[in-house]
Order: sequence, then C-alpha cells, then structure tokens
Amino acid sequence: MSGYLILFLAAMALIVSYFGVFRASRAATPAGAVRLKQHSRPIYHGLNAAIWTAVPAFIFLLLWLMFQNSVMNQLVIASFPGAEAMDAAAKSLQMSEIRQVAAGNLFRQPTPEVAAAAEHLRSLQSTSMYLMAALTCCIAAVGAFLGFKVISPRYRARHSVETAVTVFMMFSSLVAIIITVGIVGSLVFEALHFFARVPVTEFLFGLRWEPQIAIRADQVAGQGAFGVLPVLYGTFLISAIAMLVAVPTGILSAVYLTEYAHPGFRAVVKPMLEILAGVPTVVYGFFAVLTVAPAIRDLGNAVGIPSSPNSALATGLVMGVMIIPFISSLSDDAFAAVPRAMRDGSLALGATKGETIRKVLLPAALPGIIGGVLLALSRAVGETMIVVMAAGLIAKITANPFDAVTTVTVQIVTLLIGDSEFDNPKTLAAFALGLVLFVITLCLNLIALRTVRKYREKY
Amino acid sequence: MNMMSEAAVEKALDQKMNETAYKMVGRDVSVYYGEKRALFDVNLNVRENTVTALIGPSGCGKSTFLRCLNRMNDTIESCRVTGKITLDEDDIYDPQIDVVELRARVGMVFQKPNPFPKSIYDNIAYGPKIHGLARNKADLDQIVESSLQKAGLWSEVKDRLHESGTGLSGGQQQRLCIARAVAVSPEVILMDEPCSALDPIATAKVEELIHELRSNFSIVIVTHSMQQAARVSQRTAMFHLGHLVEENDTDKMFTNPDDQRTQDYIMGRFG
Repeated sequence: MSGYLILFLAAMALIVSYFGVFRASRAATPAGAVRLKQHSRPIYHGLNAAIWTAVPAFIFLLLWLMFQNSVMNQLVIASFPGAEAMDAAAKSLQMSEIRQVAAGNLFRQPTPEVAAAAEHLRSLQSTSMYLMAALTCCIAAVGAFLGFKVISPRYRARHSVETAVTVFMMFSSLVAIIITVGIVGSLVFEALHFFARVPVTEFLFGLRWEPQIAIRADQVAGQGAFGVLPVLYGTFLISAIAMLVAVPTGILSAVYLTEYAHPGFRAVVKPMLEILAGVPTVVYGFFAVLTVAPAIRDLGNAVGIPSSPNSALATGLVMGVMIIPFISSLSDDAFAAVPRAMRDGSLALGATKGETIRKVLLPAALPGIIGGVLLALSRAVGETMIVVMAAGLIAKITANPFDAVTTVTVQIVTLLIGDSEFDNPKTLAAFALGLVLFVITLCLNLIALRTVRKYREKY
Repeated sequence: MNMMSEAAVEKALDQKMNETAYKMVGRDVSVYYGEKRALFDVNLNVRENTVTALIGPSGCGKSTFLRCLNRMNDTIESCRVTGKITLDEDDIYDPQIDVVELRARVGMVFQKPNPFPKSIYDNIAYGPKIHGLARNKADLDQIVESSLQKAGLWSEVKDRLHESGTGLSGGQQQRLCIARAVAVSPEVILMDEPCSALDPIATAKVEELIHELRSNFSIVIVTHSMQQAARVSQRTAMFHLGHLVEENDTDKMFTNPDDQRTQDYIMGRFG
C-alpha cells in the first residue's frame, strides 16, 4: 500500500511540476502584455511546486509507518484482558502471538481472548491503512495547491529549491553519522554487558584466551579465560608479516611505475595491480589454504622448524599480497603529487635519478606514503576472510611464524557461530573484541588521515 | 671612492670579456618537440664571466635554448636536439659525456623558486653531498655558509639554518635556489626568468646578486623584462619564432639594434 502511495506521490509531483512550469511561463508573458522580468526560470517554479507536493506528504508517510505499529500495539494490549498484570517482556511476548494470529500463522488453536485481540488488530490495521492513504493524499493536494498558488514572476523559486536541495544533502550526510553512532553504540552496549561479567583488566591484560565455556549445564567445555593479549598478538604478528611483504613491494613498484617505467609497461601493469585489488578475499583465502600454507609447512619441516598446517607466515604472506595494490596506488599518488619542479631542481644540481628519488622525492612523498601504509595496516588488522580460512583457532603467543596463531576477527567469527546466548560471556566477548578492533583501526585511520593532511600543506 | 673602484672592476671585467674565449658554443642548434620544431639552427655563444640575456616574446624558444645548455630537455620525453653545443670544447651531446657531470658544471635556477621541502642547510648541502665536495662536517658548513653569503642570504637566515626552506619568502626562496646552484661550484649558471615570480624589491636583490656572481661564473638569463636585460647583462640575444634574430652587446642592442624586429620588440611594438 505504502509503495503505491509513494508511486502516486512521484506521479503527482511530476504532473504538478509540469503544470507549474506551464503556469510560470504563462505568468511571465500575460497575453498582450510586455514580458515581465521573472526572478526564476519556469523550471524552478515547477520544481518548487513538485517539492511542496511530494516532500511533506512523503515525510508524513514515513512518520506514520514508523509509529503506527507501536500505537496499534498499545491499543490492542490495553484492551487485552489481564494486561495490567503483565510486565513488559510478557506484554511483548503476548503481542507477538497476537500478531502472528492476525497474520494467519497459526501454531496452535488460539484462545478466544487472543482471537478477539487479533480481530481487533486486523480492524485497526485496515483503518490505519485507509487513514494513512487519505491523509497523505490530502497533504499532497494541499502542498500542490500552495506550491501552485505561490507562482508569480517575483517569487524566488530558485532560492527555495536551492534551500530544499541543501537540506536534503545535509540529511544525506547525517545518515552516515547516525549509522556510525548506532553501530558504535550497539557495540559498546554489548561490550559493557561483557565487562559486567569479566573485569576489564582481566580482558585487557590477560595472557590466556580460552573462551569456549559451557553455555548449558550438560556441556563439556573449558574453564574460560578472556585475556585478549594472545589474540591481539596473533593479529599483529600476521599484520606485521603482511606489511613486511606489502610495504617494500608496494613502494618499490610505485617508484618504478612513476619514475622509471616506459608508459607502455605502466599501461599494462597498473590495471593488473587494480585487478589484484579486485580479487575477493575469499579467493585469497583459498589461495592461502590450498597453495601457500602447504608449501610453507613443507619448507618449515625441511629446515627443521616445528610447523603447523595453518601457519601465521602463510596467512601473512597472502594478506601482504592482498594489500600491495593499496600501498602501491597510494604511494603512486604521493609521488605524482610531488611537483615536477622538485625533480628538475634536483636534476639540475647534477643528481642522478636514483639520488633524486631517494633524497628528494621519497622524503617529500613520505607523509603520503606513511598515510597509505597506515590505511593498509588498518585494513590488514580488520581483514577477516583470509584469516578465518587460513589462520588457526588457538590463541598463542609464539615467536615462531611457522606456528598457528589466531586473530581478533577469527575469534569474533567463531564466538558467534553455533550455540550462542546473549547473556553468556562467551558470546558477549565477541562484542568486546569488536570494540577493541574498532578502537585500533579508528586510531590507525585517524593517524593516517592526519599525516596525509599534513603533507598536503607541505608545498 | 667605493663607486670608483666598482666602476674600475666593471671596466676590467668588460676588457676581459672582449678577450676571453667562449665558455659555451652553440652551433646550428635545432630542437624538436615531437613533430614540432621549436628552434631553428641557432648559433649562440656564452662568454666567460659575462651575463648573457635571452629576450624575445613568449614561445620564441629562449627557454628551450637555455635548457639545451645543461640538457634539461632530456627530461622531456618527446624532445630531440640536433646541432652541436660545446662546453670548453667538449661536445655536451656526445654519448661519452655524463649528463650528471654536465649539470654539476652547468647549474640552473628556475622560474618558480623550488626549494626542497628540507631545512635551509640541507637545501644547500644537497648538491655538495651528492658530488662529494665536502670531506667532513666542517667543510660542508663552510660551503653552506659561503654559498649563502654569495647569494646574499647569510645574514637573513644564519640563525635559522635548520628551519624549512619552504618557510622563506618568495625572494628568499629564489636566492636560496641560487645559493643551492652556487654550492656545487658550477662554471655556468642558467637562469630561467628567475625574477618573474618575485616582487620588485626581491627582484632588485636578485639582480644585484647576478651582478656580483658574474665575477665567478658565466651566466645566461632568460627574461621578459627589457629593463632587467639592460640592467644585468653585457650581451643580449633576441629570439623570435624559434630563430635567433640578433646577438650583440647589450648597450648596442638597446640603443642601436641591427635588426628591425629587435627594434620593434624593444620599443614594445609586439610581443
């Protein structure tokens, strides 16, 4: 129903704007009169009338849809016998049963009270629908009338449309902020529940991570330990290996591509790098599990280092390959942003190309490169799919890169898979881990953005 | 008294100028950018301890010629140079010649001041370090100080040598770039409109500096300002549409040029 209403509003706006344009051009040149100087072109009058028609009605529609359910719930439950004695949870349980019955999903024969309430709800719903349609049409009609009425040669339709567009853009930008706040809010909320059960200090400084505790009395499981350090260690070990691969490769390839490569070579290699950036991380995961991990294990065994089938090294190497395009394209931009005058100045002093790159270009582009590296690092820390597939599950602090470690993201995934209950520290720990991850990547991003901005002011 | 001695020095230099051999010689120099020909068989010489001004309307090829003299045109992909340019009788386009070495002997100052985003000290020390001109820190300090002194910048920056070179004013930056060029002890300094981005006071300082540098270096300067050419140079060359129109003593050029086009340009009838 509301879908039809929205279509109707759009159609009405279109028609109104058409007639608005028509009326505005008529108003500009009354029959037999001298052409009046009009403030806005007819199209703005038309748009303005369309905005008046559709926007208030649309907003009304949205508000109605948002609040109708809770209002109806109130009405139904208020007239439900025995509702005064129920608490909030019981009420909501009762209400969902009534809703199911009203929607025709019968699990068992409803009691007469419930059947009556469902009937009540159904009648309320149909009333609400007609009322909503009628009111929306009314508002649209009033808007159209006013928007039409206001058309006159001196009316500033252009400003009015501009203002409306500006307000719309402001809302669009607010959406991102509001959603971010919402996500962080839910994360913090659940994490606080976790910290009510496990002390913050134990979480932050504990050296053991054994979250698989029993959630039912009859389960056999570990004692439970929630020290985040081994998990963080795993994350940083894998990220460090990834950065060791990606930073030199990325920067050197950027240097070669911007400074040395023949344009033809560059034209081939740059798109290839972008393809690398477009490979889904699941595919990297396959690559890590099936190709790299066995090779690394064999290598480890060959040199006599104890190796596990899913080593940190294999995961880190593949993740490094995934990050190369990031670093290389951001460094590429950083080099390209160094003015030609810098190169010329250095070359004119008799510096070779290599000296120019090492002593002038690299320092000048360094903040940009660091920014890129930090962004890539925050990406590596938050990377999930590769590590879920290729890294281990046991949290362990080890210096041997051939050994298996686990990461924050892997733990979040495993904690939320399978039996979970939201009043159990095992499940809630996922949110605390998420919060830690969020704080880390946020800090990295902030530092990266600050460095990049600082470097923009350089020349 | 002071004026007298300065005039005497001037006179001695002029004397020397007439006798000296040519520092650089350009024979039938032509430059092509892809298909487009930018210079047509230019024959122009650079004299020792002389300021040579290159004038002419925009796009006439004077900067192109200047950039041929230290092969900065090599950095432009499509550029091709024919003819012969020698520096002390060595052909600088000879494959045997190391372009890096050439540029250490023929320095360049650009239109827009382009200090490196490093400290003032490091800006000057950059060239000497690359070429190994200083054996130790004291040597380097000495080179930095004397270069800044030659560029007339020492007294202004001596207390903040380790601040960024980009923080200086435009005129100071340009003198820093000149000091940077001087620090590698080149024989010839090329200047591509060094004052076009500067205000009149900074311009006057740079011009004064060019005047003083003349005793140690051969200088070639591209300029759009007739007055500047008249003030700083002893020889002037006039370019038009890629051709060298006339090359003469500056005094003669500005009072009684041989070519009608020079006359017209100097009088401001075109360009």
